Amino acid sequence: MSAEDVLVLGETKQGTPTDMTLELAACARQLASQTGGQAVVVLLGPEGKQAATQVADAHRVVVVEDDILATYTPAPYLELLSHLVDQSKPIALLVGSTSVGLDVAPLLAARMNLPIVGGCQKISAENGALKVTASFCAGKMLADVEISATPAVLMLLPGSYRAGGGAAPQVEIIRSPIALDPGPVCFEQMILPAATDVDITQQEVLVAVGRGIQQQDNLALAEELAEALGGAVCATRPIVDQGWLPLTRQVGKSGMTVKPKLYLALGVSGAPEHVEGLKGAGLIIAVNTDPKAPIFETAQYGVVADLLDVVPAITEALKAKTN
Amino acid sequence: MNIAVVLRQVPDLIETLEIADDGTRLDYGAARFIVNEWDNHALEQALLLKESEGSSVTVVALDFGEVDNTLYEASAKGADTIVKIPWDSEEPPALRQAAALYAEVLRGIGAELILVGCQSHDELEGPLAPQLAFTLNLPYVGVVRGVQPGDQPGSIRVFKEFPGAVVARMSVRLPALIGVLAAEKAPRYVPVSRIRAAMKSTPIRESQVDVPQAAAPVNVLRLYVPEAPERAEMLDGSAEEVAERICQILAEKGLLR
Amino acid sequence: MIQASKKAVDEGRTLTLLEEVLASPEGESVLTCMQCGVCSGSCPYGEVMKYPPRQIIQEAIAGADADLISSPSVWMCVGCYTCAKRCPRGIDLTDVVWPALRDQALQRGIQPPTELRVAFQNLYLYGNLLGISPRKRLDWAKDLDVTVRDLSRQPEPVEVLWLVGCYPSYYPRNQIVTRAMARLLTAMGVRWGVLGKDEKSLGDCDRLFGEEGLFELLVENNHKLFRQHQFDRLLLTDPHGFRALQKFYPRYGIEVPAQHYTMYLAEKIDQLKPLLVRAIEATVTYHDNCCVGRRCDCYEPPRELLRIIPGLKLVEMPRNREIALCCGGGGGGMWLDGHITEHGGKRLSDERVLEAAGTGANILAVSCPFELSRFEDSIKVTGLEGKLVVRDIIELLAESMGLEERKKA
Repeated sequence: MSAEDVLVLGETKQGTPTDMTLELAACARQLASQTGGQAVVVLLGPEGKQAATQVADAHRVVVVEDDILATYTPAPYLELLSHLVDQSKPIALLVGSTSVGLDVAPLLAARMNLPIVGGCQKISAENGALKVTASFCAGKMLADVEISATPAVLMLLPGSYRAGGGAAPQVEIIRSPIALDPGPVCFEQMILPAATDVDITQQEVLVAVGRGIQQQDNLALAEELAEALGGAVCATRPIVDQGWLPLTRQVGKSGMTVKPKLYLALGVSGAPEHVEGLKGAGLIIAVNTDPKAPIFETAQYGVVADLLDVVPAITEALKAKTN
Repeated sequence: MNIAVVLRQVPDLIETLEIADDGTRLDYGAARFIVNEWDNHALEQALLLKESEGSSVTVVALDFGEVDNTLYEASAKGADTIVKIPWDSEEPPALRQAAALYAEVLRGIGAELILVGCQSHDELEGPLAPQLAFTLNLPYVGVVRGVQPGDQPGSIRVFKEFPGAVVARMSVRLPALIGVLAAEKAPRYVPVSRIRAAMKSTPIRESQVDVPQAAAPVNVLRLYVPEAPERAEMLDGSAEEVAERICQILAEKGLLR
Repeated sequence: MIQASKKAVDEGRTLTLLEEVLASPEGESVLTCMQCGVCSGSCPYGEVMKYPPRQIIQEAIAGADADLISSPSVWMCVGCYTCAKRCPRGIDLTDVVWPALRDQALQRGIQPPTELRVAFQNLYLYGNLLGISPRKRLDWAKDLDVTVRDLSRQPEPVEVLWLVGCYPSYYPRNQIVTRAMARLLTAMGVRWGVLGKDEKSLGDCDRLFGEEGLFELLVENNHKLFRQHQFDRLLLTDPHGFRALQKFYPRYGIEVPAQHYTMYLAEKIDQLKPLLVRAIEATVTYHDNCCVGRRCDCYEPPRELLRIIPGLKLVEMPRNREIALCCGGGGGGMWLDGHITEHGGKRLSDERVLEAAGTGANILAVSCPFELSRFEDSIKVTGLEGKLVVRDIIELLAESMGLEERKKA
């Protein structure tokens, strides 16, 4: 590996690379095309072998195997990454803004005294210098940043790059080149969420229904759409007040505050009490018959239509896409 | 157990943020400041440990923004000692400068457990908490939802959150610094009368530290407000056409399963 | 016992509920309670409270208040003043017992329902209940076609210092009424001004919430403002704020002439009458707000204002004046909907709009900022859309005066 290569810390989940990893690889590939190097993705632990070939945008995937890497703990990750960065001296190490990334990236930058930028949305290289557009103050501001010293540690925000375009990567499986010590942090147990009613505050996709749903029977349409999207149904207060959904599904001032990546607002007018609960939402798409509905001032995309027409069409289109 | 908490002031996002004349920095003079949300959770977690374990809680903050109000509120909530670190500039310190400042004061406090919010919305150079842990040569785990006493003395148990509400239980040998995502309970409300009483009765300890040199930060070329449409982009056409377009948008944003 | 309570306050000792009640003005009246239960029977949420008002007094006097303090009942009063109004002993439960109860809960570390906690935080940080920047307090006046004297920018003597209030300043539906009020005052030739970014809540709600410290903080802020500016009287859009100025500010030595707008305009009815040039052909029923109505026994001024509108026919709901049903928004009710629903309480506003529709009225007239959104919401839920609309008296007057919403050229 040369100074032009881009290194990525990938992550796996149940034997497949995470979406973030695929995005990171896509970003790395684009960056490597500007530096004339390669996109090299590192996967740590026993699942890496199975996941490696699926990271299509990587030129190379290096899988490091060691018993201690079966679950995440900070010290071995840090030791290993320091070693890899030290050995390969890439132009940048890309890490996702994930639970692992938020630990490891800053620890590594601190330890190796490297420049670091968080909240990256766009990364490019010009004449050996890295240029980054980063989100600042929860996305209220953007900063164009220049970094001259390399390697740089760059933390990528999810949803910034689209995966796809690469061929099958070259996969290399190695034993850890250094002895790894568990350190003072010890993994004990994974705890899965209890199977009670859906916790809408933890959902990444929410299909919200308002009074435009008209009848309780029509909720099935929203349920079906939520299922196709891998999300859950939530509602405005009037829907909950009618007893069509439990209070745990209510979004807004007197309900829950949610932060999904996608919020599909169906027949939701967008009363301030409701909108207050979805300040943290990512993409908002609204369907409403009233072109003056205030929800269109909050949403990024809007459709003026009866949800009873549009929703089945979206569900169908989604099913056609995913099958 | 001695616990220390770092409470940082961040620009309050309810105000419209303004950019300084040079176009590369926030106009901090025009900003309103508020305690960092995740640090507030760190404080709550410390107070919960105080209640269950009889720990003592020391809160450390930089003399910046509305720091006095934040410290008195922390005291009213139950913090035992409140410490202010001198800071003269209108702008907050750079990442490694901040870490050096906090580290010097925290070393003097000798806490076994330090709790800091695992992130903050004004960290262009990444989160402070792990950098601070490195500066103090302490082990670090972040994105933690809940800290409990460990089975063995000199250890704690933390719950690190992963996507899909999956949580890893980990044990950590003390001393350690933990990056808090959320306390076990929502940060408590304390009546204003208590805060006002704290203003009268609780002394703020002023620490004296040398301000370290700011290391060369990453170079911000331009700070700007992203172009956000005032209104949604409207999608027209038949139900099928609209559905197709929505699928396309979701695919572009990586939101399809 | 009363002396002992006052002594305990002076010593800064943690009080019992009874001690706190007794130490407050008018608090001694609870000792006259004969446990008749009229209060509990009159309370709109009495049936779903574990501790309805009568029992609160009973527990307080018995000194067994631990379970009471931590029960959901503490956060179920919406400040409608019905219990206080009907108490045969004249015990002012709403202004004395409930705030003390809530203060006790807060002082003992009981956490209020999340929604209310957020409202407290907003008031503490920003001086308004909605958590919006104080710098945006005058956003309602953008593009307005009349002159708004913003005294925070340019102090000058005015006849009327209009305290606009939180909801009327910020909430989109209320802003329409606020703009109508600005036009109306101007059309009447009144020299009026507002406090702009300096205006903060008068704090009536937080006093009823039991957040006495927060109330005091706001009182101090407002006192300073009243001394800074020159005006003949204060005009209030919000009846709760009016109530606070009338009853609680004097306890801090602040006596300022203040009127709710229904009282102010009714006084100027002869001047107003000739300006009402357009007929509003509608059947209107009026909802008495609790503070101006039941609390201050002021029932006629709002009705007089409606009666002078040409074409308008005023009808009464079965529960009107002192027995009017509350909209459920007072005393913190605006921030307790989730809590009250969770504990079995129904929305009073739903019941009220059905009652209004039952009179055959097509307009429900109101004079309190909370009521607009509450009733409009209830109209949607109860299927009355298209049959009943909610209008503030100000809107109706402005419409009759031909003061349409116009943008500045």
